[in-house]
Amino acid sequence: MYYTSVAAPVSQFPDAATFASDYKAQYNADAPPFSPQAYDAAGICASAIAKAAETAGGKPTREQVLAAMAGIGAYKGITGTYDFNAKGDSKTATYYVLQANISDWNANTLSSKLEIAPPGEASSTTETPAADAVKIPAFLATLTSKVSGLNLGTIKIATQTPLSGPQAALGTGIRNGAELAIEQLNAALAGSNVTFELAPFDDQAKPEVGSANAKNIASDPDILCVDGHLNSGVALASLPDYSNANLAMVSPANTNPKITEGGFANAFRVVGRDDVQGAVGEQFARETLGVKSVYILHDKTDYGQGVAEFFRQNAEKNGLEVLGFEGTEEKSDFSSILTPIQAANPDLIYFGGLYDQAGPFFRQARDRGITAQFMGPDGMDSPELAKLAGDAVEGMYYTSVAAPVSQFPDAAQYATDYKAKYNGDAPPFSPQGYDSASFCVSAILQAAADAGGKPTREQVVTAMKALPLLGGITGNYQFNAKGDITKATYYVLQANTADWNANKLSSKLEIAPPQ
Amino acid sequence: MAAEAKAPTRRVSSQRTPAELLRVIFLPLGQLLAFILGSAVVLGLIVVVLAFLLSRSDPKILQTALAILPQVIIDGIVRGFLFATIALGYTMVYGVLEFINFAHGEIFMVGGFVGAGVSYLLNQWGILANLPAILFVIIVVLIGMTVSGLLAMGTERIAYRPLRNAPRLVPLISAIGMSLVLQDTVRLVATNTPLGFNARFETPNFGKPFQLATIPLGERGIPVLIGPKAVVFIVAAMLMLLALNYLVNATRLGKAIRAVAQDRTTASLMGVNVNQIISLTFLIGGALGGAAGVLFGMNIGTVNPYMGFIPGLKAFTAAVLGGIGNITGAMVGGIVLGFLEAFVASYLSLFTGGAFSGASYADIAAFSILILILIFRPEGLLGESTTQKV
Repeated sequence: MYYTSVAAPVSQFPDAATFASDYKAQYNADAPPFSPQAYDAAGICASAIAKAAETAGGKPTREQVLAAMAGIGAYKGITGTYDFNAKGDSKTATYYVLQANISDWNANTLSSKLEIAPPGEASSTTETPAADAVKIPAFLATLTSKVSGLNLGTIKIATQTPLSGPQAALGTGIRNGAELAIEQLNAALAGSNVTFELAPFDDQAKPEVGSANAKNIASDPDILCVDGHLNSGVALASLPDYSNANLAMVSPANTNPKITEGGFANAFRVVGRDDVQGAVGEQFARETLGVKSVYILHDKTDYGQGVAEFFRQNAEKNGLEVLGFEGTEEKSDFSSILTPIQAANPDLIYFGGLYDQAGPFFRQARDRGITAQFMGPDGMDSPELAKLAGDAVEGMYYTSVAAPVSQFPDAAQYATDYKAKYNGDAPPFSPQGYDSASFCVSAILQAAADAGGKPTREQVVTAMKALPLLGGITGNYQFNAKGDITKATYYVLQANTADWNANKLSSKLEIAPPQ
Repeated sequence: MAAEAKAPTRRVSSQRTPAELLRVIFLPLGQLLAFILGSAVVLGLIVVVLAFLLSRSDPKILQTALAILPQVIIDGIVRGFLFATIALGYTMVYGVLEFINFAHGEIFMVGGFVGAGVSYLLNQWGILANLPAILFVIIVVLIGMTVSGLLAMGTERIAYRPLRNAPRLVPLISAIGMSLVLQDTVRLVATNTPLGFNARFETPNFGKPFQLATIPLGERGIPVLIGPKAVVFIVAAMLMLLALNYLVNATRLGKAIRAVAQDRTTASLMGVNVNQIISLTFLIGGALGGAAGVLFGMNIGTVNPYMGFIPGLKAFTAAVLGGIGNITGAMVGGIVLGFLEAFVASYLSLFTGGAFSGASYADIAAFSILILILIFRPEGLLGESTTQKV
């Protein structure tokens, strides 16, 4: 059954997590509804009394406490932010529609959430988000009042992606996405005494360059968050430097599990992971394509070899015969790699790597008369693949953690803005670059509001972890303790060489990260 | 040249008889073919013996090893000619100046890019598809040779000539710098043109690969294939070797080049314009590298600004392996290196049961064998123990 409530279960309040565990520890039971509200009420009492005492210069009278209560301003509690109107109602209250779950009352499903001002007040906020996620601009709007008094000045967000070299197409897309996000959020934050600025860095898709840039980024005190990288290998090389500086990194594209499993408290990502992606690809190959044998190639990078290993592990587990597993840095002449493949005669060739290497490889394989189907991970996702390989990749399948922009209903405006500003279609991962930058801005502002001033890098990392479920343009994301998003989407796409943006979505899976 | 060195008493001014001339020009080609055959037989035998020993544990190994052997030999020849044609440029310059032109790999890359650019334009004008393949090859190779040759000459004029009397390491550093400058200049230019960083090398239809044979393996046959572009590559490389031999051994210009190589000062006293000859050497070496770049880009279908670096390094190795300064040696060294790489890449994984990925370890294995060869023959396969140059 459905019921309305003014108090959701404790689990619905992101800030109440500590309360829930403290309550359980002390009283040996789950916190029932209204108990976190009681906590907040006591907190409001205490702060009103403290404020009255300060004004009175001694123990305040009851009248003085009452006066202080009316003028307390916005109080940030664990269940929300409260500000009393003249009648004593909270200026906005949250109403919930919940669905009963008889086996576990605390797991009742939240069906709808409404923020409504009490009757008699100008009802300014009556938004009804489809999911229970707050859109990032709306979230920032709730913070502006708190940060407008603070002199935050200019805060920089760095991007680190390949802006030159073979993968510049994707890297530039991410930088442009971040630039657009910062521009639009700055406009939304106009008048609140804070300006965000983009500091783009070119990692050239090389780990050593990424690491060197990371040292420069860490040494610039104005940079509070990094939006990057494109390549997992480069991110893993740069993470120790960010980590030493406690600098948050939100990755729009890195899928290697080590990013969030490497013990870096400052690493976050808005995309899925290769251990899941490899499994999704293998399952698709085996069940949908119906192949019996596979020959696996990879590019010897953290990313390519990583995802290829996961594909192999799953293939071996599920009875898909692995005829070969080879790594190569060769980028042009693949003849001596193709000869053993020709002898092995696999049903499928899986290439763990990026399009600039896979393109010539796939075409030379077709020229050799190899008829196996081709497959690859999200590194295939670039129109450059079609340019380099031509007909050879027509209709090939690839898995991805980032679908074309057209797949995201909320990104339509982004696609138009991007095209208007950069005179080209938004490449894959650039909307994720936009979202990563938005998450940076959200965490920085949240941290500023919490700290009451320009936050430290540690405070930004803490704020990032505590962000509620926020709606970006590519989906709704909240970070778990490791920095993975609590639910990631994986796509299987089919290449259309004539128009890469028209690639057909073959399957879409929402999977939580492995624990 | 080897032939010259063994006959130092011959009167220099005498004209060679036509038979002698033919011998001088075609002998290196014969040497080359002998080396190709020899390398193929030696490596093939090693593979057969290893496969036979290993087949006791798994009989499929011998079968597979034999079935892919002809294709591996063809792969090796194609790869070998790539290194060989680039190595010619290294060896020419070394012969004359005793200087290693590390920017030569980039000269090769520029040739490939020029070829891709010309074919892009031809495609834009709509005449590419109807162009006869041979005519297309001649057009792009000539343009690629011209641009690369002039570029090599230009780098010599700008970066090497002012340093000619400096200590030997200085021009070497200058060459490395030149290499980086060329890479990134091409990168800058390419990314601002429709070609892009990874440029597609469009070609007219060359037709299907030639199927030389079909080798049965189990129930199906493995074809032995050689692409028409690879055939063009090999034929062109052999023609280049012949032309270069003719030029160096049978013309006045060649005589001047050899004179400068032997002793720069004396040559200039004899009325040879040394600077002009050195410029011409760079022009010829660069043109050969450019032709190799065009043919290679055409064969693999894509070019990028960094594609010259690794082949350049390997071609330099090939030149040293063959005996640096020796034209035939450069070709032979290239062929041997190409064979080693192709054999290791194709067989290592099969012979180690997948424990070592052949493609990953091809370079390590090939270079280990190279070190062994150079330990026993430090002067290179065809090098003379005394310094005998171009």
